Amino acid sequence: MKAGSTLGACAALVRRDLTLVWRRRGDAANPILFALIVVALFPLAIGPEPEQLRRIAAGVVFVAVLLAGLLALDTLFRGDHEDGSLEQLVLSPHPLSLMLACKIAVHWLTTSLPLILVAPLLGELMHVDATLRWLLPATLLLATPLLSLIGAVCVALTVGMHRSGMLLALLVLPLYVPVLIFGAGACNAAQAGLPFLAPLLWLGAALVLALVLAPLACAAALRISLS
Amino acid sequence: MPNSDLHERPALLQARALTFARNDEPVFGPLDFVLHGGEVVLIEGDNGAGKTTLLRVLSGLLAPTSGEITLRGEPLTLARLSPQVALLSHQSGLKRELTAIENLRFAAGLLGVRSGLSPTSALAGVGLDGYADVPVRQLSAGQRKRVALARVLLAPVGLWLLDEPYANLDLEGIRLVNRLLENHANRGGSALITSHGAYAYTSGTPRRIPLRPGAANRQPGIDNLLNAGAEPSGAMQ
Amino acid sequence: MNALTLWFHRIGSPPTFHRIAGVLVPWCYAIGFVLGAIALYGGLVLAPADYQQGEAYRIIFVHVPCAWMGLFAYFFMAANAFIALVWRIKLSEVLAMASAPIGAAFTFITLVTGSLWGKPMWGTWWSWDARMTSELVLLFLYLGVIGLYHAIEDHRQAARAAGFLALVGIVNIPIVHFSVNWWNTLHQGQTVRLLGPSKIDSDMLWPLLLMALATHVWFFGSVLARTRIGLLELDGGKDWVRAIALAEGTRAPGATHG
Repeated sequence: MKAGSTLGACAALVRRDLTLVWRRRGDAANPILFALIVVALFPLAIGPEPEQLRRIAAGVVFVAVLLAGLLALDTLFRGDHEDGSLEQLVLSPHPLSLMLACKIAVHWLTTSLPLILVAPLLGELMHVDATLRWLLPATLLLATPLLSLIGAVCVALTVGMHRSGMLLALLVLPLYVPVLIFGAGACNAAQAGLPFLAPLLWLGAALVLALVLAPLACAAALRISLS
Repeated sequence: MPNSDLHERPALLQARALTFARNDEPVFGPLDFVLHGGEVVLIEGDNGAGKTTLLRVLSGLLAPTSGEITLRGEPLTLARLSPQVALLSHQSGLKRELTAIENLRFAAGLLGVRSGLSPTSALAGVGLDGYADVPVRQLSAGQRKRVALARVLLAPVGLWLLDEPYANLDLEGIRLVNRLLENHANRGGSALITSHGAYAYTSGTPRRIPLRPGAANRQPGIDNLLNAGAEPSGAMQ
Repeated sequence: MNALTLWFHRIGSPPTFHRIAGVLVPWCYAIGFVLGAIALYGGLVLAPADYQQGEAYRIIFVHVPCAWMGLFAYFFMAANAFIALVWRIKLSEVLAMASAPIGAAFTFITLVTGSLWGKPMWGTWWSWDARMTSELVLLFLYLGVIGLYHAIEDHRQAARAAGFLALVGIVNIPIVHFSVNWWNTLHQGQTVRLLGPSKIDSDMLWPLLLMALATHVWFFGSVLARTRIGLLELDGGKDWVRAIALAEGTRAPGATHG
């Protein structure tokens, strides 16, 4: 009898989840489309003057990416819970937190990374300030993994509920507040010519902390939900 | 099966006064039983008797309300149990978008492989050679069950917990399950299987554990008592 | 240590707790009411008017104790959630979930009174100042805990899940406070200092502290009353609950209709 190594199990899980995303690649564009719609609504609602749009550009793009990520969070464990592969994962002899970290990583890679790639385009729609062209995607690169990790803990608590959408938003948004404040705040500070490094460093520190703690919390939350 | 020396070895799995309740409604128990290595035990009970819940408690997914379970004489924890157990539950644990062989390869990566087997040979072992590259979503319910059984067969574990392994299977499939169980027992492995009694494991001398629905030994609730003692509407409402 | 554990187990057993709490609840309510009435009299009548804010400042005698209680109830809930998750004590689960709606109510009152105060002070019902924003986030945290508790069918599983969320939230509270303060300095101009570190007259201080004491006592009365009901619900089929129900049933047959 040969038990699989933990590293091999992680590789198998990442490969499977990537294959699944590839088989359903039509769905992969949904978050991008959603963020695009949210951003496009703002000029329609408040008028097309570039100056006005430029002032709120960073905040709008941040909120759009946050909401699109929130929408995509639901898929993190739903499929696995419905077909029973989540309980197989819990029963596997490997650390559950590590397995979940792999799942969160794949999820971030396939939902948030595309959003970051289109963020410059979203910024252009809002006439984003020239100083933010690179800073905005860079800030998102720090903020979105944090959002995914925090969100995963909350999704784990709502796993198995049928209509969890609104509840998930209620659980997640208070926890997202600091990330939004520092992320969008850094961009606003840079736009105003103020120092912007400190909030980015805070985001980085929070990300390091969340990388260690969130998978553990996620595993604990999942064990509660599955009991 | 060498029944005589069964009881000299320490029990693989032992339950003492095991109960499980949801919202204080007993689902099953109190239940006592012993499972030795090389033994296949059938848990019998009607719908709602708590067979599925019992298997989930024994697999460590649910914590029992009272009583204790020991694994080789020591208290059962998920960490100790998981390298030794394979669970077949109502949900297949298979991904519909992946082919049969892709599902088994993932299971092999996650749990490892029993020596002498491979995803391909396990699939052949459940009579599905030729279906390797068919997406699971295109398979029939019985064929999916067979793929799930192949996953159990492939895992390098000694204890099988099979929830309704005969459901959705044709006669040939039922014979297949019995053959798999027999081979597993001959290798020294053990299995707990549930069935509502329509089909049963017939080879050897299977021990049976009858499981009565928890509702049968439920005591009358507070509302009933109030209604019996006083006016029609309960004071607690 | 051993005696302490033993004592805790005895107090922590649902029937004992139900009986002791039943004795304590009326006292808590009575003491809370009397102290609160004295504090209100001291604050609304005896205390002098503020030289800057006039009479309008008197709302702090409700606003500030409620704000303290909103936070206190959260810590109380999180501490009980921690005990419930680590040692699986049923009483702590019920205590944690009983304090959530009360804390949410205190936080809500804080927001409403703050907004009532804001109208004469700032000329607007709502200002995105750091404290109001933190309170709003706190209210959302409470609503999340309550929402999660009610969304899960099994009471004990629900209490564990909601308790876990409460613990995640307690890590979040200082971070929110810190980030909101930073955000407020970034957007200068909207900052309005409600209650600065300025010296507070002792005639104003004692009603404030007395009111804080009154809300604490009231909170515990309310938590104990809710916990009693929670325990009855949870242990619905157990002997001690049946004994109580039978006693109630014979004492007042058909007195109440649901």
